[in-house]
Amino acid sequence: MRVALFVTCVNDTLFPGTGRATVRLLERLGCRVEFPEAQTCCGQMHFNTGYRDDALPLARRVGEVFAGYDAVVMPSGSCAAMVREWYPTLGVEPPSGVYELAEFLVDVLKVEDVGAYFPHTVTYHPTCHSLRSLRLGERPYKLLSAVRGLTLKPLGGSDECCGFGGTFSLKNPAVSAAMGTDKVRNVLDTGAEVLCAADNSCLMHIGGTMRRERAGVRVMHLAQILASTEENPA
Amino acid sequence: MGSRETILARVRSALADVPSAETPDDVPVPRDYQRSRSGLDLVELLVDRLVDYRAVVHLDPSVADLARARGRLMVPTGVPSEWLAGVEVVRDEPPLSATELDALDGVLTGCAVAIAETGTIVLDGGEDQGRRALTLVPDYHLCVVRRDQIVRTVPEALERLDPSRPLTWISGPSATSDIELDRVEGVHGPRTLEVAIL
Amino acid sequence: MSPTFVGMPPFPKAAARAVDNAQLRHNLHKATHTIRDKRAAVVSEQPDWAALRAAGAGLKTRVLRHLDDYLEQLERAVERAGGHVHWAADGAEANRIVLDLVRATGETEVVKVKSMATQEIGLNEALAEQGITAYETDLAELIVQLGDDRPSHILVPAIHRNRAEIREIFQRAMASWGRPAPDGLTDEPRALAEAARLHLRERFLSAKVGISGANFAVAETGTLVVLESEGNGRMCLTLPETLISVVGIEKLVPTWQDLEVFMQLLPRSSTGERMNPYTSMWTGAAEGQDFHLVLLDNGRTNVLADEVGRQALRCIRCSACLNACPVYERAGGHAYGSVYPGPIGAILTPQLRGFSSELDESLPYASTLCGACYDVCPVAINIPEVLLHLRAEVAASGAHKGEKLAMGAARRVLSSPGLLAAGQRTAGRFRKLTPRRLPGPLAAWTDTRDIPAPPTQSFRDWWASREEK
Repeated sequence: MRVALFVTCVNDTLFPGTGRATVRLLERLGCRVEFPEAQTCCGQMHFNTGYRDDALPLARRVGEVFAGYDAVVMPSGSCAAMVREWYPTLGVEPPSGVYELAEFLVDVLKVEDVGAYFPHTVTYHPTCHSLRSLRLGERPYKLLSAVRGLTLKPLGGSDECCGFGGTFSLKNPAVSAAMGTDKVRNVLDTGAEVLCAADNSCLMHIGGTMRRERAGVRVMHLAQILASTEENPA
Repeated sequence: MGSRETILARVRSALADVPSAETPDDVPVPRDYQRSRSGLDLVELLVDRLVDYRAVVHLDPSVADLARARGRLMVPTGVPSEWLAGVEVVRDEPPLSATELDALDGVLTGCAVAIAETGTIVLDGGEDQGRRALTLVPDYHLCVVRRDQIVRTVPEALERLDPSRPLTWISGPSATSDIELDRVEGVHGPRTLEVAIL
Repeated sequence: MSPTFVGMPPFPKAAARAVDNAQLRHNLHKATHTIRDKRAAVVSEQPDWAALRAAGAGLKTRVLRHLDDYLEQLERAVERAGGHVHWAADGAEANRIVLDLVRATGETEVVKVKSMATQEIGLNEALAEQGITAYETDLAELIVQLGDDRPSHILVPAIHRNRAEIREIFQRAMASWGRPAPDGLTDEPRALAEAARLHLRERFLSAKVGISGANFAVAETGTLVVLESEGNGRMCLTLPETLISVVGIEKLVPTWQDLEVFMQLLPRSSTGERMNPYTSMWTGAAEGQDFHLVLLDNGRTNVLADEVGRQALRCIRCSACLNACPVYERAGGHAYGSVYPGPIGAILTPQLRGFSSELDESLPYASTLCGACYDVCPVAINIPEVLLHLRAEVAASGAHKGEKLAMGAARRVLSSPGLLAAGQRTAGRFRKLTPRRLPGPLAAWTDTRDIPAPPTQSFRDWWASREEK
């Protein structure tokens, strides 16, 4: 299967470890991964802030760069939702076969046990676009539950937004921070060592709040935990 | 009539995108919801839901016994006389003022329909129910529901009701959730709702 | 009371003040979570909820797309049943119509059922200017009126007040409006409700004019519907000799049968009950009452003209979106600067008022686009879609010049993999210089959050080096 990785601009620039983990994981599961180097950004920030004229060329580029693959895998729920749900409102046909990582693993590769090993307590924040746009549902929990050594702790108020919201975090900093603080409290209440999510932008917000508060909980993308093995631990 | 024409003209201009040949029926309304359902026994369900919203419920009681215990009751003319043995009856003839109604101990009526799933009793101003103020101002309402008046769902209830009559849907005694979203029974309407199912 | 919200600051500023108010945050958290849980419980009990929601959305869309026909149908039905129909193009005209109708009765006092439409047009203030006192009778509205406050929630206008504050308001203000609060009043909700009962009882029994809104108006039959809980609605709708109902033109439903959908959707979405305690349905001059229906436009036809935005007119004012909204929960209702707060307010207010202020321009951004509002909406209004649509309008208006330049610059970098890679390498080289505090608008981030230091190697550079091996 010829799989294109759409790593997303945030992961490419700030969280390359997530991209590397995604490649390692997919190759371990037998996929031939390609990284079309002409890729840049899905345009979500522009679109969500109201700049459709700026989002449009970015969306068109995605359509062109990712045409012709069996699957396009994105380790970001909100970017995947942008491509699938909102490109049509810009008049851009989304490339066929766009999947968020957990969707691709469970729905296309039909695996729940990806052979990972991660001996830590983990809690999972489902993130809004994964939850309510992509309807990932149980998929990430099934994947995490199958990881050897991993103890999954339920997160209170997990369906509530963390307060990131892209440029919302800058335009409404007080509310964004208040939501972040409440999310952090719920994370700390689980006693988990690691907060996991399928979207690094949300993790940047929650993790940045936790670091400022010296909360001592690590944040990790789902791909990093699923890529982790005994031989090559995360 | 200036504003009437103004508003209608604004509406028509706002809807310029709607094809002129389109009729209301062309706008799809999926009707996949259930008009009726099966499940728990109707009476059992109604009792459960009434009690859940703090109504006092009696199955096959002597209505007259319940009424007698309450003192002077407003009784519409259509209420059967067998419910009234020994009851101190007040009639709305000539119509009582609101203040006079307020001085009564309660009101005894029948109903038009009862909805089991929601614990709702519907009054339609029939002869055994009277005008709306009668069941509103007195602090106690004893309402008699016959088994053949019970339906399960809201759609089944609407089928039986006549919109040209003034209707009052009652689901438990008056209540408010305005203070910290905490439900408190008993505000302006009757604070006690007693239901007799026959 | 000043419900007109004139001169309010933009949303972020007002919201920041609310966030700092610990008591307010506590009150809002408790109330919204309580009602959220109740709604979830009664919705899960209804096996055909998704189908009801689809039917509700379809019915409202049908009404809106043929609103002119339905309005005329409603008018005929109400008049046939002995009622009078008035048309008000804006709030001022509606207020004038109501004022004239009240004057014709010779009364100087009216009792009111909670109504969003009359709040929207400032009816109480307009009547007061002409010497007519309007008494709010819904408990929460009473709390707002006595507290000289503004409503902050569609269903529970005093949601920002807790029991202790309500007791204090009753003790302080009830005497100047009528019967004083009982001696030794406690802050038990039961005692507070009883105080309201006593305070309003005389008023109800002697009222000659009632003013209401309506939840639904059935075009086919002319039937008006008011859902409520306390019985104050029934008092105002049935006891007075004259009843005036001010109803937005979007409140119509096509047929009597269609109420079967909305009578299931609204109570469960709104108060989280299977059915609200009382619903009144009446057609025209019921029981010999003098009945007047005032149909209100006041900007609704502007909303109707927007093909994306018009779905906001499907709203049945249940307030489920407020209760589900994490932003509303922190910001409170007042920050939205309108009688319509929360997610629905963020899309309705700017459309009704037409971006008339900096506040209106800030409302479409008062959301993280988390989608919780859309999920709970009983008529499936895609609130995120309309928010995005309105953001595009604000951006296109040139209201945010600096942002527009920054977005353009970002787009140019992101349109070129080469420029992007160069930027990534520069950031990586100077990663040790990553500041703890960012400058300009970005300072809003580092006020409360650390920023991640850029990595030494971007993903694309890692991939390129891997491919070389």
